[in-house]
Amino acid sequence: MKLQTSTLLALYSIVEAASQPGKQISAAEIAQRYGVSAHHLAKVLRELGRAGLVDSARGAGGGYRFCGNARRLTLMDVIDRFEDIGARPPEPGAAQTDVGLAIARVLSEIDEIAKATFRSITIDTLLKLVERARQSQAATAPVTREAGR
Amino acid sequence: MPKPDSRATPSGPPGVGERRVGAGVRVRPIEAGDLSQVISIDAEASGIEKVDYWYELFHRYGTRGRQQRFFLVAESGAVVEGFIIGEVRDWEFGSPPCGWVFGIAVRRSARLGGTGTALFDAILESFRRAGVHKVRTLTTRDNSVVLSFFRSQGMMAAPFIPLELDLPAAKEGAN
Repeated sequence: MKLQTSTLLALYSIVEAASQPGKQISAAEIAQRYGVSAHHLAKVLRELGRAGLVDSARGAGGGYRFCGNARRLTLMDVIDRFEDIGARPPEPGAAQTDVGLAIARVLSEIDEIAKATFRSITIDTLLKLVERARQSQAATAPVTREAGR
Repeated sequence: MPKPDSRATPSGPPGVGERRVGAGVRVRPIEAGDLSQVISIDAEASGIEKVDYWYELFHRYGTRGRQQRFFLVAESGAVVEGFIIGEVRDWEFGSPPCGWVFGIAVRRSARLGGTGTALFDAILESFRRAGVHKVRTLTTRDNSVVLSFFRSQGMMAAPFIPLELDLPAAKEGAN
């Protein structure tokens, strides 16, 4: 499964903001953390703002704050704002052939599984996964490891 | 199908005693008198009342083989708020023994209050005591409520792919 860059930026931003409820997080901070274009990220954040998932405050100390319901908002809800991950329809000629139809059916199976997976994972669940990964890393890392965020 | 005899009411297998959780909810093995509420909770969730099915499950999971079969309910006062059913399955398709959860439901009015988590925690503990270290489940991919719940408990995709087949009609004249 390959998501578009905008979609991934949206997911990074939402999860970052939701991990610090009530706190404003700057676009520059997210851009730096993920090594992405601040310009591109700004567009994504505007779209998330229009969707009512983040609100923004201007000026010093301003930034973006998560304002959705992390226990309700799923990855699919976010992805849907940016792209349609459904299978590309078969070429017009192929759609009329047995082989084209059979391949389309297999691709459709894969899409449905992917969508169900995205629909089943809320932002809250993803944050738990992140936390579990951090704990697991902390448990196995050498003592001298630099502390993560 | 005969209704369960109240004398068959389980007192609880070893290690599956009562567990008290927040807001006065406790989790315990099912008793015969809980069945009508379990049937009602399932009907609310599935839209189908399956009386015979639940009596059969009670006989198989609520009264026998309770070292490896677990049928638990969460109750608040005299009200059953939810239930969970599972068992230890051995060597299915080469898989070492693991716990299987094949039924869970919480009364709509009691959702988002931790009842599902309490039931899940209790059955995990039962599986641990039965000596298994992995738990699996299977649900339809359009069942977002249950799927999201299991995900929130940390469950991830298993290394299995469920498959099905529509049986072709029997050929005329075939036995």
